[in-house]
Amino acid sequence: MNPIQIIPHAADYVRILPELVLSVFGMIIMLIDPLLDDRRSRSLSGALALVGSLVAIIATWMQSQSPGLGFWNMVRVDSFSIFFHFLIASITAIVILMSYEYMSVQEIRGGEYYGLILFGACGMMLMSSAVELVLVFIALEISSISTYVLAGFRRRAAISAESSVKYFLLGSFATGFFLYGVALMFGATGSTTIDAIGNVLRSGHIPVLAYMAIAFMFVGLGFKVAAAPFHIWTPDVYEGAPSPVVAFMSTAPKAAVFAVLLRVLFEANAPGRIWLIWVTAALSMTLGNIGALVQDNVKRLLAYSSIAHAGYLLVAFAALPENGIPAAMFYTAAYAFTNIGAFAVVSHFGGAGERRVTMEDYAGLGKRSPLLAATLTLFLLSLIGIPMTAGFFAKFYVFSAAIKANLVGLTVIGFLNSAIAAYYYLRIIVVMYMREERDDSPVAPVPFALGMALALSLFATMYLGILPGRMLDYASSSVSDLVAPAMQTMPVQGIAQVH
Amino acid sequence: MTPHLHLWLIPLLPLAGAAINGFFGRRFSRQAVSTVALLFSGAAFAMALWVAGQFSSLTLPYIETLAPWMRAGSFQVDFAFYFDQLSLVMLMVVTGVGFLIHIYSVGYMWTEGGFYRFFTYLNLFMFFMLTLILASNYLLMFIGWEGVGLASYLLIGFFFLKDSAAAAGKKAFIVNRVGDFGFLIALFLLIKHFGSLNYADLAGSISPLHIETSAGLLTAIGILLMVGAAGKSAQIPLYVWLPDAMEGPTPVSALIHAATMVTAGVYMVSRSHVIFERAPIAMTVVAIIGTLTAFFAATIGITQTDIKKVLAYSTVSQLGYMFIGCGVGAFSAGIFHLMTHAFFKGLLFLAAGSVIHAVGGEQDMRKMGGLRTKIPWTFWTMTAGTFAIAGIPPLAGFFSKDEILWQASRVSMIYWAVGILTAFLTSFYMFRQWFMTFFGEYRGEQHGHGSHSHGSPGHDSHDNHGHGGVHESPAVMLAPLVILAILSVVGGWVGIGNRFENFLAPVFHSTATISADSFDAPSMSAEPKNEEAGKSTELLFTEISVGVGVLGFLLAWQLYYRRPELPAEIALKLNGLYHTVLHKYYVDEIYAAIIVKPLIAISTVVFWKGIDRGMIDATLDGSAEGAREVSDTMRHMQSGNIRSYAGWVAAGAACIIVFMTWMAVGTR
Amino acid sequence: MCAQCLTLFALNSSLECFPNSVANYIDLAPMPDNYFVRYLPLLIHFLVAVGFASVVVTLSWLIGYRRPSRAKMSPYECGMTPIGDTQSRFSVKFYLVGMLFILFDVEAVFLYPWAVILRKLKMFGFWEMFVYIAIFLVGFFYIWKKGALDWAAPSAKRGEV
Repeated sequence: MNPIQIIPHAADYVRILPELVLSVFGMIIMLIDPLLDDRRSRSLSGALALVGSLVAIIATWMQSQSPGLGFWNMVRVDSFSIFFHFLIASITAIVILMSYEYMSVQEIRGGEYYGLILFGACGMMLMSSAVELVLVFIALEISSISTYVLAGFRRRAAISAESSVKYFLLGSFATGFFLYGVALMFGATGSTTIDAIGNVLRSGHIPVLAYMAIAFMFVGLGFKVAAAPFHIWTPDVYEGAPSPVVAFMSTAPKAAVFAVLLRVLFEANAPGRIWLIWVTAALSMTLGNIGALVQDNVKRLLAYSSIAHAGYLLVAFAALPENGIPAAMFYTAAYAFTNIGAFAVVSHFGGAGERRVTMEDYAGLGKRSPLLAATLTLFLLSLIGIPMTAGFFAKFYVFSAAIKANLVGLTVIGFLNSAIAAYYYLRIIVVMYMREERDDSPVAPVPFALGMALALSLFATMYLGILPGRMLDYASSSVSDLVAPAMQTMPVQGIAQVH
Repeated sequence: MTPHLHLWLIPLLPLAGAAINGFFGRRFSRQAVSTVALLFSGAAFAMALWVAGQFSSLTLPYIETLAPWMRAGSFQVDFAFYFDQLSLVMLMVVTGVGFLIHIYSVGYMWTEGGFYRFFTYLNLFMFFMLTLILASNYLLMFIGWEGVGLASYLLIGFFFLKDSAAAAGKKAFIVNRVGDFGFLIALFLLIKHFGSLNYADLAGSISPLHIETSAGLLTAIGILLMVGAAGKSAQIPLYVWLPDAMEGPTPVSALIHAATMVTAGVYMVSRSHVIFERAPIAMTVVAIIGTLTAFFAATIGITQTDIKKVLAYSTVSQLGYMFIGCGVGAFSAGIFHLMTHAFFKGLLFLAAGSVIHAVGGEQDMRKMGGLRTKIPWTFWTMTAGTFAIAGIPPLAGFFSKDEILWQASRVSMIYWAVGILTAFLTSFYMFRQWFMTFFGEYRGEQHGHGSHSHGSPGHDSHDNHGHGGVHESPAVMLAPLVILAILSVVGGWVGIGNRFENFLAPVFHSTATISADSFDAPSMSAEPKNEEAGKSTELLFTEISVGVGVLGFLLAWQLYYRRPELPAEIALKLNGLYHTVLHKYYVDEIYAAIIVKPLIAISTVVFWKGIDRGMIDATLDGSAEGAREVSDTMRHMQSGNIRSYAGWVAAGAACIIVFMTWMAVGTR
Repeated sequence: MCAQCLTLFALNSSLECFPNSVANYIDLAPMPDNYFVRYLPLLIHFLVAVGFASVVVTLSWLIGYRRPSRAKMSPYECGMTPIGDTQSRFSVKFYLVGMLFILFDVEAVFLYPWAVILRKLKMFGFWEMFVYIAIFLVGFFYIWKKGALDWAAPSAKRGEV
């Protein structure tokens, strides 16, 4: 092989610049954490991680100046990947902000926590820009392993360990499906590069094997986004994991996996997409919402709600690319900021040992801490999809995309589910404002970092709810990255091609 | 090159003021609150002046896009501002008069509770009103439209502890909803048929259309827009809220319910002139509504004894004039009257407020009188306003009213005749008010202490000043009065020699064409008449309208100054008619009987007890119960056992894989 | 023939090794995709393997001569008596060390392919491996300082890993 082909160019590194930044910062945290005592490690590595995520945002901006392929067509920087890079980096920054208080209240040693968040974010970013399935798999594993560990971070709580182990075992099980799907896809099309697969699948005849490959891959990815029927782990894991981690893993990895799904289903022109999505979206919405109805634990409730939201989001995947892709991207962002905000409140309110997580505990919060209750109310309203919040436009775009694709049945199911969902979100609001408090122990004041996290997510939620145009425009502009074969893969090299 | 105007700052400045006062005002001193409020509304005014200074260097219409807002296919709405001669006139009126009334309010509201709340609302109102007039599309205008409705609701019900104030606020809000309903449907029709809500796009796509000889799409849109305008601008049949709105503090009545918000309907109709010009039937509807409203409101005005109610009905009546102007195609005349009306009616309200202030919260004119010497500043400014509205030359009202009547006479003499009659009535009831308030003997209690409880925030009362007797208002209230009085005197002079009309001409230049098969359609454009005859007729009409103004003055002088016992006798003679008019033709009662009561009855029996409780609640409770049961069953799936979880995942995976394989095989 | 076919097929994945009639059948198969057909040898291989194993087990079960005794039935035929539970507990340190060993071992494996093409990679390869080892060492430094390698102190001064 020619040496020139195997040595990467400087441009290649720019294509993974944010990932590099995050890894370097993660490693710096690993280096300094063992040398410091608990308290200083917490604050210093937290600050480092925050800086890291902000630098990653800058790096994303830098790489957005020169989109293109990198590393032998395995990575592609386009406006689609930039969107998810920005999203994931912002989520990471907000999660880090909200973790400061949590870490000290729960008396958890900080260093590796922040490191893991950065490494996880690195994997998630890579997922959104990877256009080669083996690389997608590696990125998926990087992000998953970080989240498995993060889920068990409340070491003193048995429930957290349980959560971690469950997530790990079931997650690896599901990842196996994904890898198997990749192998089958390779068997069916002779390639693991997404647009090469797309070209083969577009060329007319679609082998049965490709359908099976899509099914297998979907099992793996569906598990990660907590779509039914692979949602079963969600409530247990979300209940046990530390709240900031739940905020993280219910948003960032989901966004990344949705990015992969968008690439696999649209760019690779997956066969059988509409019906596969139809069934899983309908199931997710219904099972998620029905499950949430009777929950008394707010974290579990939000877990079920995240299943349902995965369902709404999947609806967009069944629509036409030109409407569906921007709708899905918008929904991902809207849901991420809303949910992260809701979990920030839950995390703060939970207190030491996360004792206050049931509906009963929230009684009278409106009186005890009006500002906190009002903030949570706004996030819940956004989750319901009330106008002037991000959730409204997210649902609006998704359902209008579905209508345009003549998916009337699915849309009706979606609407019915939205109505059911309103019940349990409103229940929290009712409890907060209309029920007498059970204990009147004072709610701890909101520290600065958490306040920043809340303000940022609140701002994003309101911004997307009032001025959705700009983001939707941007999302629409990335449709062409996925459906039009704009950037031609350079022929041959390495692992992807066989004949 | 067109300079960048930063129009967005103009509405945003008052919003910033509202935000600061709203969030922190509670902790501020009154001085700080009024400084913030005046600073931001003053800044908006200064900005407006600066923009006006740049005006000559602009290419019009000037459009400034701030941010994209909504996209749905080809339909697109932005946060964008539209600026032309019409916007400029409105901008100057709203920021200028608004700023003056802000100043006045500082004095007027000084002793009231909720001082910061008042200025927050007032600034908020300015924000929405400026959004309304600067919007570049109907949707943004609608935001402003609804926003001023909200601000109006909040301010009418400012003394919310008083039941009548709260009820009046509610009434205004609900009646406006009826109008908004029409407005919204008109917008939907525009979206459906023209795919846009931008003024510029709509003008482009409507201009090629011919004038509709029979009722068509544009007629429907026009009439629906008029329904919206009738709600906001208090026209028949939706005028009932405005008199009640006088429950609000007097500066509010001056700003919102006389000078600016209520004219939004006139502005909207003028802004939609492209549509109306092509829908003569809708135009006729506008003109007839305007005429009827002008006349009926004026008759009611004669019998009112509350100083603010007289002005309220007068406002309704004057708004009717503006709609006559629009309805006969003389949009610029309507806008001209809108402007002069803003000056003199703002002035009248503020002066009335000053009178009320002087006599300690009393609003009944029967308990006033002889105030001429006691509050000379108020007297002289109010005199200017009264002569202006009565159409006495050379004051502002004369020019604009005369212009409308002249234009109306060219379309139909009926409009003109009713208009002249109304002008007479206007002159009469205004001078009646003038005489009753300022001449004769003081009929009130010697000291301005009413029966109100002292210092309670729920009362528009000024009895807690601690100094009894009639007294002149402070300078901070008199200064705006004087400025507005000057404007009421000279404000009409811009119309001399059609200068105002020519200024607005680029906006309203008629583009309507008559298709060949509809030659008999009434043309809205001026017909080429005999110039000479036209001039002499115009002069005659002018003389007549000045004549009726003077006649009104003389009659009022006779009845309320020379022989103050006469009105009671006349009222006794015309007992039935008098009572009907006194009770405002029983319109409120009729509405209550034929709309409100049946609605409540139907709501109670059918919707609440029948559908809501019987069907929806029952179904909902049932399905909720069902859902909870399903949910409970589902809990058992959630065993917490990791092996069974793996089993579920595997089973799910198997289902999906089998399903996909089946589809794959099925498709070949 | 079959075994030869399989071997050949695995090597050049063509259908030449089949007799004409079979090859024709496969080529002309009505099924539009021949991916499954290409895996046919694998299936045959699988069936042969399963068949062979089951035949052997069944035969020994059928033909074999059985005379069980106590010693023969014990878990360890060597005669060792099992004591206690089979699921005895190990110190978690064994797992920890085991895991760390695997990690570093696997990472070290990458040195081999690198060494093979080092010449082609030139200086780039050298520096790249430098970075790789550095990353590697960060991990090593971390576990070391965290006390994961500290066998003697059960809960190291820096808390558990």
